[in-house]
Amino acid sequence: MPILFYIFGALVILAALGVVLQRTPVYSALSLIVVLCALAVEYLLLGAEFIAVIQVIVYAGAIMVLFVLVIMLLNARREVPSSRSRMAGWLGAPLLAAFLFEMLYAVWDYLPAESANWPAARPAGPAPIGHLLFQNYVLPFEVTSVLVLVAVLGAVVLAKKEL
Amino acid sequence: MTIFSDPTFFLLVTLAKVAVILFVLLTAIAYITWLERKVVAHIQSRWGPYRVGPHGLLQPMADGIKFLFKEDIMPLEADRLIYLLAPFLAFTLAFLSFAVVPFGGSFQIGSRTIFLQVTNLDVGLLFIFAVTSLGVYSIALAGWSSNSKYPLFGGLRSSAQMISYELSLGLAVIGVIMFSGTLNLRDMVMAQQGTWHLHGTDTYIPHWNIFVQPIGFLVYFTAAIAETNRVPFDLPEGETELVAGFHTEYSSLKFAMFFMSEYANMITVSCIATLLFFGGWSGPGLGMTAPGALALLSIFWFAAKVFLFLFFYIWMRGTLPRFRYDQLMSFGWKVLLPVGFLNILVTGFILTWWTSS
Repeated sequence: MPILFYIFGALVILAALGVVLQRTPVYSALSLIVVLCALAVEYLLLGAEFIAVIQVIVYAGAIMVLFVLVIMLLNARREVPSSRSRMAGWLGAPLLAAFLFEMLYAVWDYLPAESANWPAARPAGPAPIGHLLFQNYVLPFEVTSVLVLVAVLGAVVLAKKEL
Repeated sequence: MTIFSDPTFFLLVTLAKVAVILFVLLTAIAYITWLERKVVAHIQSRWGPYRVGPHGLLQPMADGIKFLFKEDIMPLEADRLIYLLAPFLAFTLAFLSFAVVPFGGSFQIGSRTIFLQVTNLDVGLLFIFAVTSLGVYSIALAGWSSNSKYPLFGGLRSSAQMISYELSLGLAVIGVIMFSGTLNLRDMVMAQQGTWHLHGTDTYIPHWNIFVQPIGFLVYFTAAIAETNRVPFDLPEGETELVAGFHTEYSSLKFAMFFMSEYANMITVSCIATLLFFGGWSGPGLGMTAPGALALLSIFWFAAKVFLFLFFYIWMRGTLPRFRYDQLMSFGWKVLLPVGFLNILVTGFILTWWTSS
């Protein structure tokens, strides 16, 4: 099991680099889809079937389709690099290093003492998640849905001006 | 049966299942194309294929050989990698869904029970939805990478169409999920065995979900036809406007892969319709005691139901004209989607009333 976990972990990182480094927008989008699908496999290996499948349905199957659709509509070909700003050149690398260090530190702190332990599979089926969502976290859940509603209304209002 | 250790046995059985399913599916696909040509021909008072073999029965072989030997043409300005990737993606995803489809009961070898299904995932239904939701990429990318205007239009149309109808597809099955309380396809079928009992008397009506979710079924099947890009929703490949839509620039084996994945998707959709609404492999005679015969009989009932749906697909192709694009969109968003929501609402009320009384 851990071997598969590391293989897909490496795939996530490689594809994530691909998202940033590709010059053609469609390739970036496809790399992002690979990241999402490989992450879903990681969830699956950790025993979270429901989260894995939902990850693919929502992110890879719905949101990224819209991304790809927009890229196709604009028919965006190879990107032309803009003239690099000087500030980015000076500050980019140190800021990146600082961010990486901070992330590593946070993760290191969070890890239990015996980090080699494979996490014991906990039941993460649809029913326990549903109970959590609608009992313990019902307020955040409802607030999030209102937020989505507001976003939809905003999109309609913006689109209405163009019609 | 102590020749093999448990993991080895499991691996061998799974490999055998995969091989059998692949063989059966590919044969089925070949003969659905034959059936389609025959049925449509008879609807239009023609004979259909008749020359190759008796009643044209060897026509699928002839078609396959023809595809193999055709010249493989790639447009010069095509995006090579994605152009090659798209048909493989379509093919793989079309066959992946069958990994979780239970096509029969179970039988025993020695002390081990073998289920007629490759994997029994707890979220089987969602797995199929995840795989089909990725299927849109193969069509969109094929259209884009061909670098030609008609395929691009076809790809754009189909992405828009598939996103729109996927919503209704998902909503339609929620009613069934609420009734059965599980996402496991095998458990869903098990819940539909037997007959409906009304106030303690046997009605002899099968305990299938279609009788409690007729609207859900109609919404599901309509949306499913749109998802598989078939008549009357075949706008992504509308010949009269777009030559052949997203696969205009594909030839030879790559075209054949798109062709076969379309038929594989039809089979998937028919399988889900059977599993969710028509009791899967349940049917008369399953009370028998001989376990081997039981497994065979369950496969027979399952195949028969799936065949009826496939026939319905072909029947519709011979009957209905194609939608106009704006009609397609307004139908999906203004009719199918609200009906799907209403169905969930009504189902919720009924279930609450049912459990409280």
